[in-house]
Amino acid sequence: MTPDALRIGFMPLVDAAPLVVAAEMGFAEEEGLYLVLDASPSWSALRDKLCFGHLEAAHMLSPVPVAGALGLGGGGAILHALSVLSVNGNVIGVSPEIAAEMRDAGHDFGFKDARAAGEALIAVKRELRIGVPFPFSMHAELVYYWLSALGLPAPQSLIVRTVPPPQMAEAMAAGEIDAFCVGEPWGSRSVENGVGELLVPGSAIWSFSPEKVLAVRSDWADDKRDVSQRLIRAVWRASRWLSHPDSIAVATEMMSKEYYLGLAPELLERALEGRFVINGRGETRVVRDFVEFHESAAGFPWRSQAEWIGRQLATRTGLDREKSAEAAAATFRSDIYRAALKGVAYDLPLASSKVEGAIDAPIAVGSTGGRLILSRDRFFDGRIFEPSGG
Amino acid sequence: MTPELSIIVVEPDRDRALQIVDSLRDAGFESIQAIAESSSLARQIATFSPDVVLIDMANPSRDMLEEMALASGPLERPVAMFVDRSDDQLTQAAIEAGVSAYVVDGLRPERVKPIIDAAVARFRMIQRMRTELAETKRALEERKVIDRAKGLIMKARGIGEDEAYALLRKAAMDQGKRLAEVAGALVASAGLLS
Repeated sequence: MTPDALRIGFMPLVDAAPLVVAAEMGFAEEEGLYLVLDASPSWSALRDKLCFGHLEAAHMLSPVPVAGALGLGGGGAILHALSVLSVNGNVIGVSPEIAAEMRDAGHDFGFKDARAAGEALIAVKRELRIGVPFPFSMHAELVYYWLSALGLPAPQSLIVRTVPPPQMAEAMAAGEIDAFCVGEPWGSRSVENGVGELLVPGSAIWSFSPEKVLAVRSDWADDKRDVSQRLIRAVWRASRWLSHPDSIAVATEMMSKEYYLGLAPELLERALEGRFVINGRGETRVVRDFVEFHESAAGFPWRSQAEWIGRQLATRTGLDREKSAEAAAATFRSDIYRAALKGVAYDLPLASSKVEGAIDAPIAVGSTGGRLILSRDRFFDGRIFEPSGG
Repeated sequence: MTPELSIIVVEPDRDRALQIVDSLRDAGFESIQAIAESSSLARQIATFSPDVVLIDMANPSRDMLEEMALASGPLERPVAMFVDRSDDQLTQAAIEAGVSAYVVDGLRPERVKPIIDAAVARFRMIQRMRTELAETKRALEERKVIDRAKGLIMKARGIGEDEAYALLRKAAMDQGKRLAEVAGALVASAGLLS
């Protein structure tokens, strides 16, 4: 039998790893799939190619399907998330001038405490312009959540601007932005280029935020249910393989190839292991679970995660919050995900929604195998998000 | 008569920008601006306040334009990507040609169509030229590699050029690979021997 060929788009970022591994390590083949990976120059091009049927699936920012369901931004089709590809993985950095002022004022750049970092930042700069890769991104959501919780209102005092990561350095040097929130390797790049110093990882703001999803057209997810499920399984096995520490060297080696990321394996390895050089003086920090692909049911597309994103977007853009929450929740297909992995020796959550931000220390939850442990999931300000859907 | 539509073309390559502007002029449009710089793209565009923005799909700066769709300031005009599904064929043609268009909200599709049509035709030509250029470059690269591999074989075996080429071709046929691939493998690992 010839395998089903699927065109899968991705952005050349560290968190595209599960797709590269699924294609390269035979996990797709095991499911009778042949993945053709296609690097994209921009998120908008990736979304459009997916919407108009030039791709079957794509590595996508988690808020993109939600924004589409709310009628925000471009896009010609409703997109759904089959799974969460990665949890966390962003860093926030500031210009060296701001960093110097913060240091003079006594901030320790401990790289852990988002409240201390945010308060120190606001103390030296009452008006901030922050660059993010896309208007609908976890980067933007984290920045808005973080700074507005600390009393910096948007858009009066906080301007979030879209700057493609390869141009972030230029924008910092030109003084167009004061800070940025990006994924790796771009945060480390700005340190290497001397235009930024790293302040906190995104996980300090929300310790378990869905970062990228595996997106498909909603009609495709329903018409091609069987292929969807095989794709979910292939990516899940790839993520499981990636979660072994021994796999990192092999994974970074294949991701470094020109047609994937085209970057030095050492750089990718540092990102996957959460080791950072945070400034030009070579100070280092280590972030445990900087990016997570597998543990703690990382791939499970919780409807409550989508609902959280939907409520944030609705609040900011003045849309009806209840309707938006409902439309948002429907874009994360926990139903297909659960069906795909049923019986694949995996402990699946029994619920499709959970209270977000309530887990302080690893805890056992109701699951099909009875052994699922969810890890810490907290917002930096201790807020708890109760989803309305079940 | 309806007022003329103003168009912005975002294109860093000067020659290509001129070509696109020219073909839009030929299609009867006069009010056209080309922007080459990628920094603060959204702001530059907001200053011109165009009706239509055309940009190469392969341009990494495109994401900057997405935030225009959310612009809500009193002087900013909301812009949406031309994908309102009123003319699916047109949008498909645009995507295949590699051009994306952002159009001011509320503009009737039939007014935009001639612009997109002209842009699509031009982008197709640009795309064809790009493919041809890439092909030529690849062919040149491959010839260089084959020449080097031939040289290595000639030196190692003390044989002539034709014989070396015949050996290389036989190896490729035996392995079921392209000549350039086999030559590439030889050149890549030859360094280990010296």
